[in-house]
Amino acid sequence: MSQTRAVEPWALEPLKRFVAESGARLALLTTPAGQVIAQHGFTRAVDVMSAAALGAAIAASTAEIVRLLEEPAFRALAHQGYEHGVFLSRFETPRGPMLALVVYGTDSSIGLVQLFFEELVRELVAACPAPAPPRPVLAADFERDLNDSLAALFGR
Amino acid sequence: MTGGYQAVLDAVTRVRGVRGAMLVAGDDGLVVAESLMEGVKGNAVAALAASLAKRFRRASEAAHCGQPRFLHLQASEGTLLAAPAPSGMLLVVVADADVNVGLARLEMLKAAEAVA
Repeated sequence: MSQTRAVEPWALEPLKRFVAESGARLALLTTPAGQVIAQHGFTRAVDVMSAAALGAAIAASTAEIVRLLEEPAFRALAHQGYEHGVFLSRFETPRGPMLALVVYGTDSSIGLVQLFFEELVRELVAACPAPAPPRPVLAADFERDLNDSLAALFGR
Repeated sequence: MTGGYQAVLDAVTRVRGVRGAMLVAGDDGLVVAESLMEGVKGNAVAALAASLAKRFRRASEAAHCGQPRFLHLQASEGTLLAAPAPSGMLLVVVADADVNVGLARLEMLKAAEAVA
């Protein structure tokens, strides 16, 4: 079974290529609010939701520090641990800003992740369709959309 | 770039046929210092060469050959050379296919010792 799954189908192939080339162990594409677009390597929904929420929170707090420093925008954050590294970056698409959270091990490096991340962003921007017109949010639609997303991400 | 690293790289890039030299953080694959001709993608070469060196090190260890001292990749239109420095950095050189590898190797090993 493929470990890479996407709620938005256009994100699937670019993410698969990125994971194959960078050697990332986990990868998560979300909106800045933490809504999941695609993931690789997660097996439990609760882990995806936790990572998405934490990634969005880190990006938001870092963006606030960036604002205090009068920098134009938060771009990327890297954390190097003993066995794993974490890379978090914000990037722009035709559908608005998105976040990427990447976890890599000792068989990869921050250099490789950054290198192939640039390609990932280019491919996502090229594949991303124009934004859909807004529609009213209904309770029934919300639950159905949520179930559809979980099914797309975990095949359930 | 610090003057010390620049002097080390200059000694290597003076070898005829060398298109550029870089000091790369071995574990991270990030450029520490570089002296490259225009058109050489430093970040990409650094990340990929560091990854290559890491894999060669594992292969060498698996073959009970110890730590690699010098890597030489001969390609159709150029040459990639790498020498791990004791400090954990990797000295990477991009050169023409007909570069004098012996001379480049000598300068690279001296340079690698200098950044130890």
